[in-house]
Amino acid sequence: MARLTSSRMRVRPGRAVVLAAAAVYFLVPLAASVVFSVDSGGHVTFEAYSQIVGADGFTASLLLSLELAATTIALVLLLMVPAMVALRLGAPKLRSVVAVVCSLPLVVPPIAFVAGISTVLKWGPEYLSRTPLFQTIVAIQNENYPFVLVLAYVVMALPFVYQALDAGLRAIDVRTLVEAARSCGASWPQALVRAVLPNLRGALLNASFLTLALVLGEFTVAHLLGYEPFAVWIVDISGAQAQMSVAVSVLSLLVTWVLLLALAAVGGRRAPSRTAA
Amino acid sequence: MTTALPRVDVAPAASAKRRRRAPGWLAVVPLLAFTAIAFGLPALAMLNGAFTVKDQATGAASYSGANLSTSLQGAYLTALLGSVKLSAVSAAIATVGGLLLAQAVVTSRFRVLREAVLTASGVLANFGGVPLAFAFVATLGNSGVLTGRLSLKDAGWDLYSFWGLTLVYLYFLVPLMVLTITPALEGLRSQWREAAQNNGATHVQYWRHVALPVLTPSLLGGFVLLFGSAFAAYATAAAMVGSTVPLITLQIADALSGNVLVGQENVALALSLDMVVVAGLVMAVYLPLQRRSSRWLA
Repeated sequence: MARLTSSRMRVRPGRAVVLAAAAVYFLVPLAASVVFSVDSGGHVTFEAYSQIVGADGFTASLLLSLELAATTIALVLLLMVPAMVALRLGAPKLRSVVAVVCSLPLVVPPIAFVAGISTVLKWGPEYLSRTPLFQTIVAIQNENYPFVLVLAYVVMALPFVYQALDAGLRAIDVRTLVEAARSCGASWPQALVRAVLPNLRGALLNASFLTLALVLGEFTVAHLLGYEPFAVWIVDISGAQAQMSVAVSVLSLLVTWVLLLALAAVGGRRAPSRTAA
Repeated sequence: MTTALPRVDVAPAASAKRRRRAPGWLAVVPLLAFTAIAFGLPALAMLNGAFTVKDQATGAASYSGANLSTSLQGAYLTALLGSVKLSAVSAAIATVGGLLLAQAVVTSRFRVLREAVLTASGVLANFGGVPLAFAFVATLGNSGVLTGRLSLKDAGWDLYSFWGLTLVYLYFLVPLMVLTITPALEGLRSQWREAAQNNGATHVQYWRHVALPVLTPSLLGGFVLLFGSAFAAYATAAAMVGSTVPLITLQIADALSGNVLVGQENVALALSLDMVVVAGLVMAVYLPLQRRSSRWLA
C-alpha cells in the first residue's frame, strides 16, 4: 500500500503540468476572443455585442439556420426512430444493412458530398428541363427555404443519430415494452409513442442536440451551394466587421455549451451506460 | 396481427419471425429510400462525373481516367499531400496530447474536474468550423490580441501557415482524442498495475509492457479517427487561411466554384473521389481496431 501511494505521489507534478498546459491552450483563445471583441483602441466597449441583433442579415440567417435545424431534426428522427425500433424487434439481416448505410456518410467528407449534390442539381437544367422532376429540383433550391440543405443535413446527421439511438435502445428492453403495450391493446403507433419513446428520452435529446449543433455550425455545404445560413453569415461579415464576427463566435460557443450542459442535466443523470457513446 | 397473438405460446420463434418481418421492412423502407436518393444519387453522380471527360468544343462526353490522373498531378497533388501531412502531424500530436490529458483526468481524485473536462471535450470536439477559426484569428492572427502584446510577429509567427493551422486543428482534435481514449483508460484495471508492481515492475515498465500494449488498438484507432476528421475539415481552413496553405478541400471548393479555370468541375469530382478513397481507407483501418479494443473494455 505504501508503494502504491508513493507511486501516485510521484505522478502528481506531471499531471499538474499537463492540466495547466491544457487549461492555457483551451482557455486563452476564448479569453482573447472576448478581449478582442470588447477592445476598442484601449477602452472597453460592448458595441460589437449590442450591434449584433440589428446587423444586416443576422435575423434572416439565424432564422434560416433554426428552421433548417428544426426540419432536419424532425425528418431524421421520423426516418430513424421507427426503423431502429423495428430492427430491435426483428429482421437481423436488415440490421447490418442499416448500420452500414448509416455509417457510409462518414466515408464521404462534406466537401465531396456537396460536389456530388451540385452535380445532381445541374442535371435539372441540363437533362430534365421538360420533365416534372425539373420543377422538384427548382423547388428544393428555393432561396428562402433551400430544402436541399435539409436533405444534405439529414444524411450528414445519420451516423450521429444512429449512434445515439443505438446506445439508447441497447439500454432498454424494446421487445418486452412493445409486447406489454400490445397485449394491453395498444396499436403499433401507440406502443411506439407511449411505451418506447418515453424510455428513449435521453437518446432522442442526444440525437436532437447533435443534429442541432451540426446544422447551426454547418458551413461547407451551405457555402458551396450558395446559401447564407448562420455560419456562412459570420464569415461573410468578418471582412467588414471583424469584431462582430468574433463576438458572434464567442456567443455561439456559449450557446452550444449551455445546450450541452442542459442535455447532460436532463439525459445524463438517468443512464450512466450512455455517457460513453 | 391480433390473430397471431395466441399462437405465440405454441411456436414462439417461428410465428414471431413471421409476424415481425412485415413491420420491420415497412419501417426501414423510408430510411433506405431516403438515403438512396439523398446520398446514393450524389455519390453516383460524383463517381460518374469523376470518370467523365467533356469535350469543351463539341460538348460530347466520354469516359476516361483523365480527371483522376489530373487530380493526382501538379497543384492538386501538392494539395492532397498537404492535406495528408497536416492531418497526420496534427493527429499525431493530438493523440499524444489527448492521451496525457485523458490520463491526468481519469486518475484524478476530483470528480468535478473529470466531469468538467469530459463535458468540455464534448463541446470542443464539435467546436470545429467557423467560430474556432475566428477565435484563433482574434488571438493569434495578424491583429490578434496575443500577437500584438507578445510581439509574436517579430519572432516569425504566422497563423496562416502550416503550423498555425496545426495549432488550430489541435483545438478540436485533442478533445476528440480525450473522448475516444477515456473509455479505454477506464478499462485499465487497477489490478494489472498492482500485479505489475508486486512483481517489481517500475512505473515505466508497467506502461511499457502492460498499459501501452492494451491501449495500442485504441490509440491507433483514435489516431485514424483524428486523421479522418482533420482530413475532411474545410470550414476552419476556408474561413482562416483562404488558400495560403495548399489543402485538398480548398482545391475542391475552388474548382467547384470555377475560381481557377472553367470546366474544372469534373476534376473537383475526381478530387472528391480521392478524398473518399482516403476516408474509406481510414474507416477500413479504424473499424477493426475499434472492435479489437472494445474486447478489453468489457
